[in-house]
Amino acid sequence: MSTVAVAHEHAPGVHAAPTSFWRKYIFSLDHKVIGKQYMFYALFMLIVGGLLAILVRWQLAWPTKAIPFMGKLAPEGMPGGHMLPEFYNSLFTMHATIMIFFAIMPILIGAFGNFVVPIQIGARDMAFPVLNMASFWTAVPGAVVIIWSFFVTGGAAAGGWTSYAPLSAIQPKGQTLWLIALLILGLSSLLTSVNFITTIINMRAPGMTFFRMPLTTWALFITAILLLLALPVLSGAMIMLLFDRVLGTTFFLPAGLVVSGQPLKNAGGGQALLWQHLFWFFGHPEVYIMILPAMGITSEVLPVFSRKPVFGYRAMAYSMIGIAGLGFIVWGHHMFQSGMNPLLGTTFMISTMVIAVPSAIKTFNWLGTLWGGSIRFTTPMLMALSFVSMFVIGGLSGIFMASTPVDIFIHDTYFIVGHIHYVLFGGSLFGAFAGLYFWYPKMFGRMMNDTWGKVHWALTFITFNLVFFPMHFLGMRGMQRRIYTYTEYEHLKDLQPMNQFMTLSLFVLGAAQVILVVNFFLSMRRGKVAGPNPWRANTLEWQTPSPPPHENFTEIPTVYRGPYEYSAPERADDHWPQSEPPSGPVRASAH
Amino acid sequence: MEHAVALSAAGGPSHVAGHGTGHLEEEYTTTGIRHDKMGMWVFLCSEVMFFTGLIGSYIVLRFATPLWPVPGTVLNIPLTAFNTFVLICSSVTMVQALAAVQRADYRKMKLFLCLTVLFGAFFLCIQGVEYWKLLHEGFNPHVSLFGSIFFTTTGFHGFHVLCGVICMAFVTGKALLGKYTQAYHQGIETVGLYWHFVDLVWIVLFTIIYLF
Repeated sequence: MSTVAVAHEHAPGVHAAPTSFWRKYIFSLDHKVIGKQYMFYALFMLIVGGLLAILVRWQLAWPTKAIPFMGKLAPEGMPGGHMLPEFYNSLFTMHATIMIFFAIMPILIGAFGNFVVPIQIGARDMAFPVLNMASFWTAVPGAVVIIWSFFVTGGAAAGGWTSYAPLSAIQPKGQTLWLIALLILGLSSLLTSVNFITTIINMRAPGMTFFRMPLTTWALFITAILLLLALPVLSGAMIMLLFDRVLGTTFFLPAGLVVSGQPLKNAGGGQALLWQHLFWFFGHPEVYIMILPAMGITSEVLPVFSRKPVFGYRAMAYSMIGIAGLGFIVWGHHMFQSGMNPLLGTTFMISTMVIAVPSAIKTFNWLGTLWGGSIRFTTPMLMALSFVSMFVIGGLSGIFMASTPVDIFIHDTYFIVGHIHYVLFGGSLFGAFAGLYFWYPKMFGRMMNDTWGKVHWALTFITFNLVFFPMHFLGMRGMQRRIYTYTEYEHLKDLQPMNQFMTLSLFVLGAAQVILVVNFFLSMRRGKVAGPNPWRANTLEWQTPSPPPHENFTEIPTVYRGPYEYSAPERADDHWPQSEPPSGPVRASAH
Repeated sequence: MEHAVALSAAGGPSHVAGHGTGHLEEEYTTTGIRHDKMGMWVFLCSEVMFFTGLIGSYIVLRFATPLWPVPGTVLNIPLTAFNTFVLICSSVTMVQALAAVQRADYRKMKLFLCLTVLFGAFFLCIQGVEYWKLLHEGFNPHVSLFGSIFFTTTGFHGFHVLCGVICMAFVTGKALLGKYTQAYHQGIETVGLYWHFVDLVWIVLFTIIYLF
């Protein structure tokens, strides 16, 4: 709040931009700079997580085959380049942890949320700029701790990203660091969500009613509410698990627990299953935390490049609310095989299936938006279309595992891995790519190269499917997830060629991301100058220069209409900015 | 909307004078509720879920355990009942402090804020004594599931009180320096919200862990 006291001589509400390097780029209070910081943070962690995935897939394609240089890089986990089973466990655990908490969430919420939301609602900054800076600089030590955990005795956490107790309560030190890193990150997310919710409720420009908010802002608003209410439950559970590990409490350690033939001394009375309940009470809203912002971005991109209003704007907002609300009462569907009253299982099955309704509303509304539009196949549009199609596949496979009888068969198989990658990579990451190509001109003032963008899209889209679609077949054939050497089982041996094909496809998928990185950095210097509104979009962020000035607007805009009034029949111009005053005899509002 | 505009933004009345009317736009909020008050309510929603997780775990673990010690045989209930009374008193003085500043009775405001800080600190002292005695009697986090639950839930509540006392001391310091006026006293109201929440959590914890 003390920042408010800085400037007197400027126009009302406008503060001087900081000039020192530290205040401008490192400890900036500007939501746009913080958004970019999150973006670089997330992209870096995305690369780290991707490299871990390549190691996992190497093991699956050529089990125990040596990678000589890894013997030098990770002598403990891969002596002589041969991967140890414990190290393999660490790899998939850390791949998931890093991708979920340190890559997807920061890029969708930290980067796009921070950069886009205040401008889209016509605010100068977040409600609490200092808190915003604190959020980012709390997230950084989280990443440091999680990477550091690779180098401690016993290696990084190896209990899966779900860290099921009691295993996670008795594993080596890496698990403690995993808990500490996620607790730090949880604090960061808590500050972020308080900031987002307050900003969106309280800082909307005049005329920006809730039902004139762009759907990206809607999505991030609901995401922030989910974070706010789901994450503290995980924090509580992680604190209990941490205490089990360091203080000798027994929350998750049942009586009579025997580890490696030795009875565990401090075990007694706890409930291992309680961890699963607490984890998934957070964990299921978490998957919506990761998909809703991508849905918002898609809902933003499709109307712009179809030159049509989004189909069923209110239904889009309400269905996101529905998904979020239902998300809190379905967590049990992750635990059908953990031991559950069948009646309760059925309840969870039904509530899960009901989520298909708002999800389908969204999907059909996206199709309705495209129908009859003048579609422009730009890179962000291709990414958003990929989101829709991949989300449908991921969503449908989700219904398989929601039904208890089918889940008995596919639980903990590669079918699940296939499903999660269709929604998280095919969904969230394609959504993030769409947002990246879409808002890049706003962030950096220059366009990304569209041709290379399309090459990146085509390679990513094709190889993504080559890597992840066969996972459904593997799962149906009974290949377990998190398995070190499936080739030791007679009935899985013949799956090796398919696994090799997937790994080779992953190499291409990984290499294709180099195009994105090069395009991203080269376009900052060489890209075509974007101008304020290169996509001819309506929302407020496009009605201000690219990149927006300090405090976003010279004058706070007034909003006159909804965000997606494209190709209004009474206008010659096919876009109609939200902040353009109604003039002459045209009807006042398109609603 | 009007009262939001009337309130000052930054750090008290001194800033209002410095900024004059040039800063009115800073106070604009869509709902007319100030950011810090709104932010505190949002934050408290999250806190509710945090304690719900802990208390829910307690309930699950307790009903799954056949032999749960009678709390009164382990814990000193009269001492904690007195401590609960102290904390409730601190909520009363908090309300009085806010009421005082709203009617521009700055002497009472300072008095009641100081009392609130003292009550809060006193609560922590008694809880410290309680912990010290229990640990000496051999009741600790790893002796039983009850010990695990007891120290985790009451410990986190104590941590919240500690944070509250620190914030309250900060606000009281500002009050003693004369930074709050009838028109500008947002800090007192915001920290008060947090304080009442922490009090409420304690009443729930005391009931279900000590008495139930």
